[in-house]
Amino acid sequence: MLRHSIKALALALGLFAAAPAHAAGGEIAIPDRKFSFDGIFGTYDRASAQRGFQVYKEVCAACHGMRLVAYRNLSELGLTQAQVEAIAAQFQITDGPNDEGQMFERPGRPSDRFRRPFPNEAAAAAANNGKAPPDLSVIAKARAGGADYLFALLTGYEDPPPGFVLADGAHYNRFYPGHAIAMGAPLNPDQVEFADGTSATVEQMAHDVSTFMQWAAEPELEQRRALGVKIIIFLTILAGLTYAVKRKVWADVKH
Amino acid sequence: MSIGLHNSEFKNPVVRWVDQRLPVFTMMQKEYGTFPTPRNFNYFWNFGALAMVTLMIMIATGIFLSMHYAAHTGLAFDSVERIMRDVNFGWLIRYIHMNGASMFFIVVYIHIFRGMYYGSYKAPRELLWMLGVVIFLLMMATAFMGYVLPWGQMSFWGATVITNLFSAFPVVGSHIVELLWGGMSVDNPTLNRFFSLHYLLPFVIFGVVFLHVAALHITGSNNPLGIEPKGPQDTLPFHPYYTAKDSVGLVVYFIVFAVLVFFAPNYLGHPDNYIPANPLVTPPHIVPEWYFLPYYAILRAVPDKLGGVLLMFGSILIWFVLPWLDRSPVRSMRFRPLARVFFLLWTACFLVLLWVGAKPAEGTYVLIARIATAYYFAYFLVVLPLLARLERPLPLPESISRPVLGGGPLPMGAAAKPMEKA
Repeated sequence: MLRHSIKALALALGLFAAAPAHAAGGEIAIPDRKFSFDGIFGTYDRASAQRGFQVYKEVCAACHGMRLVAYRNLSELGLTQAQVEAIAAQFQITDGPNDEGQMFERPGRPSDRFRRPFPNEAAAAAANNGKAPPDLSVIAKARAGGADYLFALLTGYEDPPPGFVLADGAHYNRFYPGHAIAMGAPLNPDQVEFADGTSATVEQMAHDVSTFMQWAAEPELEQRRALGVKIIIFLTILAGLTYAVKRKVWADVKH
Repeated sequence: MSIGLHNSEFKNPVVRWVDQRLPVFTMMQKEYGTFPTPRNFNYFWNFGALAMVTLMIMIATGIFLSMHYAAHTGLAFDSVERIMRDVNFGWLIRYIHMNGASMFFIVVYIHIFRGMYYGSYKAPRELLWMLGVVIFLLMMATAFMGYVLPWGQMSFWGATVITNLFSAFPVVGSHIVELLWGGMSVDNPTLNRFFSLHYLLPFVIFGVVFLHVAALHITGSNNPLGIEPKGPQDTLPFHPYYTAKDSVGLVVYFIVFAVLVFFAPNYLGHPDNYIPANPLVTPPHIVPEWYFLPYYAILRAVPDKLGGVLLMFGSILIWFVLPWLDRSPVRSMRFRPLARVFFLLWTACFLVLLWVGAKPAEGTYVLIARIATAYYFAYFLVVLPLLARLERPLPLPESISRPVLGGGPLPMGAAAKPMEKA
């Protein structure tokens, strides 16, 4: 009878685990996009993430900041120290105050966080119809669906269905909650020129920038999974040993 | 032995010297070495030890997190992300702490389930049980305040909704809310005091856990049969038998914990909490962490605010009087054919409430929540008192060792009374 109750409990816990507790109803289904970091052993496709950074730098960064990411972090994507320094130096960073009490501009260094497109939230809102574009540092963790959602959103612009009333300045997107999004379709074919010759279709750019966003949100992902595999293997062996010890200890006891 | 010294049995001169003056070694030997423990525990009896270990993990990881965390509305979110990015193994410490809260509740829920199923709350363990309920309430407060600290959208709005509940109480309500907030809304003073209390309460929990264990070591453990050990043939020394058995459970527990931390660290969280708190933007659905969902469902099942708040608190406070609501002399549900069915139904209701708590409070969900809430309370207030009178329990075994050792001779005292209590 206990066995039954254990089964019942396991089943109940399993059911609850199968349906994440916070899944609210009536949401738009996000199609599953195949990414290099999917699954338990997935890793970041460095070339794709580098292209994604280029898309961010040349397109998204006009409006969206990534205040938690530093130029030095780009070395994790396979860029050399010289490349990182060259990228950082492209940006003018406000520093100071200097010994005369003045703020001044200087070329960026690897230790600087990504330069923000607007000096503050109010300026960002003022330049964008009253609503500041969200910071993208952890956007892949901050949206249900993660990178799948980002890809769907970036490729989900279309004409509104007949009868759908779109507010002034809003754009129709299949995957945005409520469908009316303030951001216009950000990606156009051949908007950027990839150094590796990859054709810059909207789908390709959306895929690459989603990969980059996922990396920016979870830079520890590869290290985490690699360590996790080792720890699970270790614990599994330890569980076997512990169980053997327990059997040995209990061998002389009837129970 | 000199006068005034404890009579130590330890041979090692250093251990002996200490033990004569402060008999901690004798105490540990008595409470965790030779401590007579029923021989028939199943793996449900691992969960007390697991909860203890989880508390220590939470305190250890929390201390390291607090070295890098900034309790200020303008800094909190970014300081947590800095831990994730720039602190050595900060992501590991933070994910262990974050998921540790969920694991803590899973373990404690199973521990409570175990206590209810096997009647561990009944005499003489009433106070042991009540101390457990105190620990659970402290855990809830600690977890709630901890969830506020990253200062994401759910942190802020969860804090706003939950603290506002206290405003339902007449006269004192608004004063309690102001005291919690430290102002007129959830803001920097709220974050500061929550951080302070979130650091303090685990040590209070530790103190109550000590009392919980102390009370346990007076009455001794319950067991799956729910009958008291009648002599040495019914018990085993805690070490090595249960240290070995607890170790097995602990390692298996760590595997589950590790899967969550390393492969799905945000699975039980809400994506909105990675959006920095914004008092001007309300999220479409405000939901608490999963372990609070059953109580949240009860809260929303009642159309009246004060009524909902009272029922929500009542749903846990009622556990305090469980030993007196369930008057049946038989502890283990193994021997209570009716109570077992009603209790498993209650467990199912609890899980239904957990599920419905995450759904929007509309339509069928409200009806389901109401039915489950009604049964949640009816089980305690109607079913258990009635069953104590009406149910015919199955015959209890003569002793713990009897069914195992195949009817060997019983010691004199035990053989004289074939059935305990019933």
